[in-house]
This record gives sequence, structure tokens and C-alpha cells, in this order.
Amino acid sequence: MPETRTITLRINGREEEGRFPAQRTLLEALRHLGHMEVKCGCEKGDCGACAVLLDGMAVDSCLTLAWMAAGKEVTTVSGLGDLDSPHPLQTAFADGGAAQCGYCIPGIIIAAKAIIDAHPEPSEDDIRLGLSGNLCRCTGYTKIFEAIADAAGEMRAEGGAP
Amino acid sequence: MTQTDVDPGTLANVQFRQVGKPLTRTDAPGKVTGRTPYAGDYVMPNMLHMRVVRADIASARLARLDVSKARALAGVACVLTADEVTDRTAATDIPGQTGQKRLDTDQPILVKDRVRYFGEPLALIAAETRDIADHAAELIEFELEPIPGVYDPLEALKPGAPLVYGEDNIVAERKIRKGDVEAGFARADLVVGNTYKTPFQEHAFLEPEVGLAWVDENDVVNIRVSTQVIEHFRPIADAIGVPHNKVRVRGALVGGGFGGKEDLTVEVYLALLAKQTGRPVRLEYSREDSFVGHGKRHPFILTYRTGVTKDGKITALDVQMIADAGAYVFLSPYVVLYALVAAPGPYRVDNLNVFAQAVATNNMYTSAFRGFGALQACTAYEQQMDEIANTLGIDRLELRRRNFLKTGEPMSTGFVPPSAIWTEQCAEKAWAGLGEPSPEKGPIRTGRGLACYQQSYGRLTFLHDTSEAWVGVEMDGTVVVRSGVTDIGAGQISALGQIAVEVLGVTLDNVVIYNSDSAVTPLAGTTTATRALYMTGNAAKQAAEGLRARLAERAAQEFGAAPDEIDMAFNEVFVIDRPEQRMPLVELVRTCAAEGIHRSELAIFRAPFSDFLDPETGQGQAHPDYAYGAHAVEVSVDVETGEVEVLKSIAAHDVGQCINPAAVEGQIQGGAQNGQGYALSEEMLYEEGRLVTPSFSEYLMPTAMDMPNVECIILESRSGVGPFGAKGIGEPAMTAVAPAIANAVADAIGVRVFEMPITPERVVTALQQRDAS
Repeated sequence: MPETRTITLRINGREEEGRFPAQRTLLEALRHLGHMEVKCGCEKGDCGACAVLLDGMAVDSCLTLAWMAAGKEVTTVSGLGDLDSPHPLQTAFADGGAAQCGYCIPGIIIAAKAIIDAHPEPSEDDIRLGLSGNLCRCTGYTKIFEAIADAAGEMRAEGGAP
Repeated sequence: MTQTDVDPGTLANVQFRQVGKPLTRTDAPGKVTGRTPYAGDYVMPNMLHMRVVRADIASARLARLDVSKARALAGVACVLTADEVTDRTAATDIPGQTGQKRLDTDQPILVKDRVRYFGEPLALIAAETRDIADHAAELIEFELEPIPGVYDPLEALKPGAPLVYGEDNIVAERKIRKGDVEAGFARADLVVGNTYKTPFQEHAFLEPEVGLAWVDENDVVNIRVSTQVIEHFRPIADAIGVPHNKVRVRGALVGGGFGGKEDLTVEVYLALLAKQTGRPVRLEYSREDSFVGHGKRHPFILTYRTGVTKDGKITALDVQMIADAGAYVFLSPYVVLYALVAAPGPYRVDNLNVFAQAVATNNMYTSAFRGFGALQACTAYEQQMDEIANTLGIDRLELRRRNFLKTGEPMSTGFVPPSAIWTEQCAEKAWAGLGEPSPEKGPIRTGRGLACYQQSYGRLTFLHDTSEAWVGVEMDGTVVVRSGVTDIGAGQISALGQIAVEVLGVTLDNVVIYNSDSAVTPLAGTTTATRALYMTGNAAKQAAEGLRARLAERAAQEFGAAPDEIDMAFNEVFVIDRPEQRMPLVELVRTCAAEGIHRSELAIFRAPFSDFLDPETGQGQAHPDYAYGAHAVEVSVDVETGEVEVLKSIAAHDVGQCINPAAVEGQIQGGAQNGQGYALSEEMLYEEGRLVTPSFSEYLMPTAMDMPNVECIILESRSGVGPFGAKGIGEPAMTAVAPAIANAVADAIGVRVFEMPITPERVVTALQQRDAS
């Protein structure tokens, strides 16, 4: 049997514990812990559907080993906001028609958060480059670009990113 | 970025409150917060994990299959092979309605002796964990003795070619014989002949195939699955040998379909093992499984010979089409039928011969994909129009203008589409939308291309399609819609809600739509063929109108007015000319409840029914109606590297009536992306049937770096046969994109690449050939 280890992950501000073998990815661990909002699209780092923030940096959770995330802060799309109190990105995506089938959206909103954190007033090139690791097959990206620009504007108007 | 054009003549007496507004879709909040469960997000106690073991040679005899070691592995609950499943097949078809040859051409559930394509399933495993299932797969031993295969449909048609099945590898043949083609060619001043090739395409939905199955207290097999078609419960039941009422399929919001979840995917495997083990079983395809585990878009070879007069009028057209059906039939006979009907495009061609064949090979089987054969035809006929224009020296839009099919005129099958044909308006707006040309610099050339299309919406009329919907109002005035329709991401269910609340005068936040459950939601048919809005939208509208009529009658009694004097809006009921006479909807509903008046309505919508097209002439009605539009692009081509970049992408479509403009734009922009990948970068490479590009790092679809901002020009003729005059936009959004790009590339470099995708290698080769000649 491969070695397993109990690790503590800080997920969306809450500490959660799980016992995982060394080869278990962060994606598998998060879904095992019930974080079904993190989607599996390829398990190869090609599509970005599983993106989460790890200590504030967008990573593909399928390429990150669970053990490596121990003690770090993991943020999923559900950690940014919820139905009652959505993040400006979530509002902009929903109201702007940027989510169609929606399967890529948890990863794309995480990538978008990282873009805005780095560029509070992102140019179109900033947005495109920041999304280059995320695939979407439904939208053609146009409404996604618009939603990110809208959300960034909203966040600046609110006086700083939440 | 979007302009909307409404024919002012059609605006009279139309005042929508909900329809036509870019409302936030009902499914959006859950999706953007991660709340929405997809089919793969359901788990159950005591659940087993499944794995499919596949053949690694495309054409072979299964000489030996030994699963004993896998069965003996601790934690393995069950391993199934063809020995344990019956001779039943797992194909998607409506027997007797396709008219195809059917000689053992349906795929067996598991390989018994003959492997016909790379990845064909050999065995199914269910184990306590995914790791154990993976380990068990490694313990399965099999020997495949290679059999000479055939991987090119032209080779497959030759006498003596290896037979995939049957006598001649021909899966289906269709033809159109209309007018007098010989006389038409005799009248022509010029005949232009060309052959165009289109490639395989992978749907590449982000959510791979996935499902969960269990047997319930009624001995019913329940399957929660990502599918476009919950009504596969019938073939699933047939495949596992139980009555149809013992299988229940529940969908979930689907993580992308595009036709790739139209056939059965994981359902039969799940049902077999749930039944066999008595435990819940879950199966999720890996991305590689998904690449080899579902049918692709048919590659076509299309030969067009067009006779034209000097002033650009088409006098005759002869078309030969050969489609690679791959190793099993699936929907190939339908796909070539769509291609056949679409062959001349949105043009008036009175002298027309078309011959279309689907041919079996040992490539991956091919089946439904957005555009469904009609798209491949468009890829050819629109490149052909540019070739003709360039040969004659006539402006490309002007040549099209001289040949456009007009409202009220008969199309290829002699059928007169019932709606408006606004191809010309769309073409002019899209072309004009390109604006000022972008500059050329150094090795960069720019070019422009236009393509127009005709694409059906609604299924083939000889299939006698129907859709049911139920609409009811609760005691607190909220509305419930029940429809079996699956939502594959285009906003199908939100549109139903919008239609129901428009009729009932409530707001969209007051409606809930229950969908996609074969046991409890009225069967609404498939989410395929650009039919969901047309069919289920009409059904929901009828149901809502039936309910409204009953409510209005009771309200009229209350107000001492006639029922047609009653209106309902913003959760209130009132007399149109005496708005002071009003009451909240909730009060009226309670009155109805107290008096035993029905507060719901079940409706069925029937598409027009027709006989099959005449087998000799191809004449008759094929579809309920057609959508028309155009796509224009500007590209740059680096003549040193062969790289193509799409600079502008402008779509103009007559959608009849927008239900939700934001959703319509989303379809158009997504179609532009799907078509751009098809034209330029998406390439499935096979070596003797073995897919060598089974990942997103090898199969390249457009990323955020590749896509221009797609501009949508939406026209509304209000003439469609859908609800409120709507047409469909799901498939039409993609149809004309690739030929527009091909035409732009040819315009930029002065030479055409006749085979897609137009990769840098092909561009450079074409340039070298041009320079050598």
C-alpha cells in the first residue's frame, strides 16, 4: 500500500482534514472532501477547469499534489461568494451571459480573480493572457472578457478588491 | 458590440414583457457560484467505481480475453465481458426510419470477436475505488490478431477493399434528381469544378462523459447522466433486457454537448453493472476516454461542378459527397441526408443532381455534431461560390445576390420553407460590418471572406417529432414548468421559463423549471437538431396559454368582463381598458383552487409530419423550416510561416425572434469559436485508425488568445415556426464560419487551400505550389 498521510488544508477560510496517499492530486482531494465546485476536465493541466487559488495564485489543482497544499490557503469559486453574497465577478458572469454550460466557469472565475488581483484595471491583453490556460467551448470568450472588465470596474468603484 | 434590427412592419401589436429581454438566465447564479451539481458531482453510499477496458488496435480479431486475474483482485466487485452480456447492441437509432442498410452494423455492447475501431470496449470493471479499478484494468490480458483494415473511405469503396461489415462498406446512399442537369450545363457559359475536404472534429465539451446508476425500491434502474437525450431509457432497457418502464434516466445541467452526448455514452455500461452488482456505480471518462469513446464529426469529400452563365446565374449543379462513417452506423444515414438536402445552400438551383454516400472504415465512428452534415455542405458550397465569383470576375457578394433563394421559393427538395428568407439582408450587414481593411505589413497579408448558409431547425419531419410540457401555478402565485428537455448550456430551460412567464404575466424569478427526468417530467424529446426552443418552447407556450385561458375566464367572471379583455402582467390580473379593476394573481389562483378549477395544463406540440423524401428524386419535405444568415471575417496570413489569425469575426443571423438576446449572442459567439477551430487548428490525427492526438495539448481548439471579439448582428423576421416567430440558432451559429475563414485566407494569399484545417503547413505548401506554377 502506498504511504498515506493526514493533512490539513485551509479551504475557503476553513480548516479541513483528510488522509491521502502521496500521488493524490489536490483536485481529487478537494472533491473527496465535497468541494464539487472544482471541476475535472482533463487531469493534465490542459483545460483549467480545476483551477483554484493556492495562497492567492491560480493553479491547476490536477497538477498540484494534495500533500504540497498542506497548510496553504486554498480558494475555490465557492470561496469567492455565494448566492446571497456573490463576488462582483460572479454577478458580472451571471448577468452578462458569460456562463453557458458553465463547466469551465469555476476555473475561469478563479483565473479572472488572479488577473484582477494582479491588474486592478486589466487591459484586454491582460485578460486574454490571464485566461490562456483556461478552455471554454461554449462562449467564444467574448462575454467572458466583457464580464471580467465589468467586474474589475465594479471592484474599483467599490474601492478595492474584496 | 451588438445591433438588433427589427423589421418595423412586424412590430405592430407585439409588446413583450419578458421575451426578447437579455435577462439573467435561471441557471446562471448556481453555475457562477459553484452551487450547480453536474452529473459527475453526485455520489452515493456504497458506490462502486467503473472503468472501461478498450482495444488498442483498430482492426483485429479478439483471440483471447482473460479477466481472471482482475476478477481475483481484492476490491473488484465485477468484471463483465461479451460472454456475460447478451447479443444486444447499444446503438442509437429509430429502426425502420433511416432506410439504411443494416447488416450487423450496430455496435455490440462489448467486443465479442471482431474489433472494428481503436478504443472499442472489451470489458467493464466495477471496484471499490478508482485506484483498484485502474489496477484491475492492468491485470486484464487480451490478444488482438490484426486484420487488414481500411482507413480511407475512397479506398473502402474500391472492389476488394477490406470489409468493415456488409458487402461493400456502403452504409447509406441518398440522392436528389431535380430538373434537367444536362440541359442546365449545356446552357452554361462556364463550368467550375472543385473538390473540398473537411476533417474529423472532436466535440471537446469540457465535461467528459459521466454518470451514476443505482437500482431503486421498484427494481427500476436509475441513471443520473450527462446526456442530451434522456429518452435513451428505451434503448438502454432493450440493451440490458428489461421493460422500458424499468429504466429511469435523469439528466443534470450538461457540461457541453454539441452532438457528442446525443448517442448513448456511458448509460448501458452503468445500467449493466448497477443491475449486476446491486450497488450504485459511477463511471467518469478520462479525457482520453472521451476522445476515443464517442463519435466524431464526419469527414467529407465534396466534389462540386457548377454551371454558370457569364452574368453569374447558376444553371446546373452536380454534387458528389462521400462521408467517412467510421466503424459503426450510428447517425450516419441522417447526417448524409442533411448534407444532401443542404447541398446547394441558400441558392436557387433548379437543375440539381446530388449523390451522397456514407462509407464504413475502421476509423472512429462518426455521428452527430453541431451542423450535422449541412455544415460540411456549407463548407464546400460557399468556397465554391467564391471560386465561381473569382473565375467570372464578379464581386463575391454580388454573385451570391444573383442566386439567393428568396422567400416563397422552392429549395433543393422542392419544399418551400414557410418562413422568411433573409440571407441577403444578413450577408450585406455582415460584410459591411467588416469596416475599414486592416493594414498589411511585411510578410502579413490580409483578406476577407463571406459565407452564407441554410440550416434546418427541428428534426426530420418523417420522424414525427413531438414535445410535451406541463405548466402550473402554485397557491402563492409562483409558476412551475415541467419538461423533459435537457439543458446542454444554451439556456434551454431558462427560455422555457421566459416563455411561460411571458404568457402568465409573472416575473422570471417566480418560475422554477423541472426538467430532464424520464419518469416524472413530460417527455419533451431530444436537445439536438436545433429543436429545443422550437419544439419545447412551443409546447411550453401552448401549456401556458391553456392555463392562462382558464385563469382569464375566471377573472373575467370576477370583473364582469369578457375573457379576451383580461391581461396578466407583473403578477397581477386586470381588465385591459379598466386597469383599476385588478387583483393579484395569487388571489385569483386561490379562488380557482377553492372552486376546484384546474391550475395546470399539459400540452403536446407536434412538428409537421411528412413522408420520407422520394427515394429516387429526393423531393419532398425534410424539415419543418430553415434558418438563414451569414458570417464575415477578416484574417491575416503570415506568408512566411503560414500562420492565420482571425482579426474580425462578424455574424448576422435572422433568428426570427430573440427569446433572450444574451443567450442568442452567446450561441453565435460560441459557434464562431467552434467554426474557427474547425477551419484552422483542430486536427484529429489517426495512424491506421489509432488516434494520436487524444488530449487538449495536441488537439488545439481556440483559446482566449486566438479568438477575436465576435460581433453579433441579430435580425428578427418574426417569421419562424418556433414560439413567437422564433427560429433556432444553436447549429446555424456555426455553419458558415469555416468557409468564411477559408475564403478570407484565399483572398489574402491568392490561392485556395482545399482541405481543412487550414494549418500553417498547408498554407505554406499552397503558397509554394502557387509560386512553382
